[in-house]
Amino acid sequence: MQRLQDIAIKVESPEGIQASHGNALPILHEILHALQRFSTEGEQSCIDLRSLPFGPGDEEELLRLLGRGEINMTMDALGESTIWETAFSGVWIVDHRNAEGERVALQIEIGSVPQIVFSQQEDIVDAIDRLAAQLEEH
Amino acid sequence: MADDRKKLSMTLGESLRQQGVSRRGFLKYCAATASMMALPPNMVPAVAQALEKARRPSVIWLSFQECTGCTESLTRSHSPSVENLIFDHISLDYHHTLQVASGDAAEAAREAAMHENEGKYIVVVDGSIPLANPGYSAIAGISNLQMLEETVAGAAAVVAVGSCAAFGGLPHANPNPTGAVSVGEIIKDKPVVNVSGCPPIPTVITGVLAHFLTFGSLPELDALGRPMVFFGQSIHDRCYRRPFYDKGLFAETFDDEGARKGWCLFRLGCKGPMTYNACATAKWNQGTSWPVESGHGCLGCSEPDFWDAGGFYNALSIPDSDLTRKTGYVVGAGVALGAAAGALNRSTRAKAAAKHETVTIDDLDKKS
Amino acid sequence: MSTSIDFLLWVRGPGFDIALFIFVVGVLIRLLEVLILGRKPDYSEPRGAELGAGLLTLVTRTAPEGGSFKRSPFTVVGGYIWHIGFLVSLFLFVPHIELIDSVLGIRWPGIASNLVDAISAVTIVTLVAMLFSRLSHPVKRFLSGPEDYLTWLVTFLPMLTGYLAYHRMIDPYPLVLGLHILSVELLMVLFPFTKLMHAFTFIIARWYNGAMAGRRGVQS
Repeated sequence: MQRLQDIAIKVESPEGIQASHGNALPILHEILHALQRFSTEGEQSCIDLRSLPFGPGDEEELLRLLGRGEINMTMDALGESTIWETAFSGVWIVDHRNAEGERVALQIEIGSVPQIVFSQQEDIVDAIDRLAAQLEEH
Repeated sequence: MADDRKKLSMTLGESLRQQGVSRRGFLKYCAATASMMALPPNMVPAVAQALEKARRPSVIWLSFQECTGCTESLTRSHSPSVENLIFDHISLDYHHTLQVASGDAAEAAREAAMHENEGKYIVVVDGSIPLANPGYSAIAGISNLQMLEETVAGAAAVVAVGSCAAFGGLPHANPNPTGAVSVGEIIKDKPVVNVSGCPPIPTVITGVLAHFLTFGSLPELDALGRPMVFFGQSIHDRCYRRPFYDKGLFAETFDDEGARKGWCLFRLGCKGPMTYNACATAKWNQGTSWPVESGHGCLGCSEPDFWDAGGFYNALSIPDSDLTRKTGYVVGAGVALGAAAGALNRSTRAKAAAKHETVTIDDLDKKS
Repeated sequence: MSTSIDFLLWVRGPGFDIALFIFVVGVLIRLLEVLILGRKPDYSEPRGAELGAGLLTLVTRTAPEGGSFKRSPFTVVGGYIWHIGFLVSLFLFVPHIELIDSVLGIRWPGIASNLVDAISAVTIVTLVAMLFSRLSHPVKRFLSGPEDYLTWLVTFLPMLTGYLAYHRMIDPYPLVLGLHILSVELLMVLFPFTKLMHAFTFIIARWYNGAMAGRRGVQS
């Protein structure tokens, strides 16, 4: 019987670079068009990466091509979400994770700031109440 | 119990706020829910608006002739997790495997849920129903058929989870000893959603329930009663290996050069072209991978009668034929019949030759 | 429950068995009843070899003949295009090779599926044009009987349904795949009992013509 260490391992791609299936480029085109629309018409848009039939390595390739920009954020609401601007201004990645650290959504948002970053009216109302209550205590 | 009642009467928005979830958290939850329902991200505000006012529906989960694989799949749902699902999305009032109560107490819970939510609750079924003999599968002394008919009578809708409930599945496979049928063959007067798969993708199960919670209605269905958003496209059409099929690059064994390069698995029996499911996008194990990505062809588990649809490792174009294994006999029969026909022709020719009469010039002269 | 899957399972199972049985038995009957009949022994002294001339004629008669090309170029060119297209689609499409391998145990390399797709499209258009020409040309029309239209139809349907199946133009897929297989089964069933038999008998006829001429030492 063949033993595990006798089975030859063949490296298909150099270390660190995973083979991808060419699905990253069409998404980059879609992002380019969305960015142009945002620049000229101010139309914000969002791409749900979970709805795309990516092959192994496609998502990594896309995120690698988009790179990292100047802003990194974390949001602590129902688990930690990571939000960062890519190397292309106006193109943001929103990576939502649940309390167990499992990804629940991965989106590319095109706009000045991802919508979820803005303070929400409901939370502001709540904040006013809490702040006022705190002042009363003093 | 009283707390739970109160929670039921609250909307989802109220309930989450009471738990201290911020609006941002709620929006994140909505984004995840929309993604799970395969809705485009621009639907998130509409989802948020609907979820804000949504009330958790009561769900009764019935398990018949099944292997609990569907429940196993459900418990591996990560967005929402099964805890989120049964605490936030739905009120799971009866489920053999997950509930604490058993025996009479369990049956009482089912009857109470039916009574209190008359006309509004959802019945989820996994497993097929035996019609040959009610004794093949019974719960608390009640046959599957009787329990199904009784429970569905007051339901708003039925969700048949897994290929057994949707199409009969493994119990229905030839020769179907228990006379197993699908839910849809028994229930004709209520909407039935088929969430097929063996097992179904966890986020597809939760996605259908989330759709009902969000919009209070059932999603659009295909000809086999499956939600279009998840079953609208075939595995083949969404497969990242599809370009290899078009180029004619196929893996011929599971460990050849083609297999290592991730070529098309058609020749190894992939049933992707005839199978409609969301595996290529929803993926399995928290989005890690799916069968084709792992190097194994699709078994076609979300289609009716997939157990009887020929070998899992036979290419889709190969006939499921008894005769090809007996080609020798067929050729023999052809040769025998051909020889007989040849012999008949020879005898016809011999007879014709024997009947020939010699015609002389004189004979011709006589006739003219 | 009667679904498209049931239909697919029938055409792939019992339907295929019936068609294969009729096809194999039918073709063997038709060939053997001709071959067993034999020819009267020729006692004359042969002036040349039969074998070489017979094989040569198999090739020469397959190439277009100048005279008929000048008279009706469309029929000749169209005929070649669709015959070649049909054979390429039948024998070089990988799923078909899998089928042949499973029945006969022999296989060969296929070509890219999208190339087969393009060739099929050309074949389908050519077949339609050929039918149109048959209907509109007075002589061809006069010469055509019901069998000609029937054989055209059973040749055309597998091409058409195959194209529809490849492009998934009919939903659900098992239905269109089933229709494709059924159309081929129809072709297989009718094959031995119509002029479609020429796909086998042309070899006998051409070889015999060549061999006869070869034996007499004349060019065929």
